[in-house]
Amino acid sequence: MMPLLLRELRLAATGGSAALPLVFFLLVAALFPFAIGPDSALLGRTGGGALWVAALLAALLPVDRLVEPDRASGVLDQLAVRGISEENVALAKLAGHWLSFGPPLMLAALPAAALMKLPAPVLARLELGLLAGTPGLAALTLIVAALTSGLRTTGALAGLLMLPLAVPILIFGAGLTEPDGSAGALKLLAAASLLLVAVAPFAAGAAMRAARD
Amino acid sequence: MSLLELRAVACIRGGRLLFESLDLVLDPGGAALVTGPNGAGKSSLIRIAAGLLAASAGTVERKAAAALADEGLALDPRLALGRALGFWGRLDGAEADEAMAAMGLAALAEMPVRMLSTGQRKRAALARVLAGRAPLWLLDEPANGLDGDGQARLEAAMAAHRAGGGAILAASHQPLGLPGAARVDL
Repeated sequence: MMPLLLRELRLAATGGSAALPLVFFLLVAALFPFAIGPDSALLGRTGGGALWVAALLAALLPVDRLVEPDRASGVLDQLAVRGISEENVALAKLAGHWLSFGPPLMLAALPAAALMKLPAPVLARLELGLLAGTPGLAALTLIVAALTSGLRTTGALAGLLMLPLAVPILIFGAGLTEPDGSAGALKLLAAASLLLVAVAPFAAGAAMRAARD
Repeated sequence: MSLLELRAVACIRGGRLLFESLDLVLDPGGAALVTGPNGAGKSSLIRIAAGLLAASAGTVERKAAAALADEGLALDPRLALGRALGFWGRLDGAEADEAMAAMGLAALAEMPVRMLSTGQRKRAALARVLAGRAPLWLLDEPANGLDGDGQARLEAAMAAHRAGGGAILAASHQPLGLPGAARVDL
């Protein structure tokens, strides 16, 4: 398990699948104020939701690098021959992907919140929401990556598959950043995220097995 | 005690029957060479034996760990060859250095995998099999792309493996140095 996790982290660091979502996230945060205008009251009210949309789309970016290269080059076959179950492989991929996606995104949310002129309490709730929500986004990305591996054009299909399933995370995550963001939104966000994390190893594992035929 | 037992195995791919009622038993020290024209199901048989593909009928029993060398290189292209093989070495609990030397790759340990030639890639895939110390080797076209020296090294490695009580199932359309191997014509 440990060699698999370390490999995932190395691939994310060297293959650009860790850096690309961050750059995208910060780019949206930098562009949004230009489009909306510098009115800090308006930015503070809409910024949290905009950052959640950016986080969701950023999560979609590494979808073609998580599973497909390993399927195409035979890594998944070699792991299976060694008796390592697809569920374990998926679990290592999930942990590796979240570690290279979640915490960096929470760090990037600091400058992004400054660009959006988010007040401190909103920033705190945004970070809390990202902590609860990014595991779910990472799990969803992994499921979609496994489902679309082996297909020729994954980009649009991955988006169509993933975005509807990500809507609960978006709603509760953005709801949490609203001025009256309640504890209920956090609980529902965590629940939606937890469900995805719990399902991901089995769904992605089954998809990897099915892609072998 | 046999290492691999196939009983009445059939394979259907894409609605086409490739082979049926195939029996094969590999004992320690044994070898089987699968031959046949392109598309006859040689690779499918290897994948069935590896457990990567379900047989359409019949039973497959693998009683020992298997090592597979097929067309998938399964090495990270950006890594140096030594480190890329080292990843599998850690999973197999073995060092790859000796196997790399046996396949004539010792001088290429620092070379990135993406720079390797076809023959060198094949040697690397075989070195992973050698390093893994699995009793059962499943080799799909192991001599493809190998030069004379590479084929001689492959032959020597296979002979040493069988002498040590291992078994080999190989699919090839060219002669492999497998003396006394059972023939499976598809």
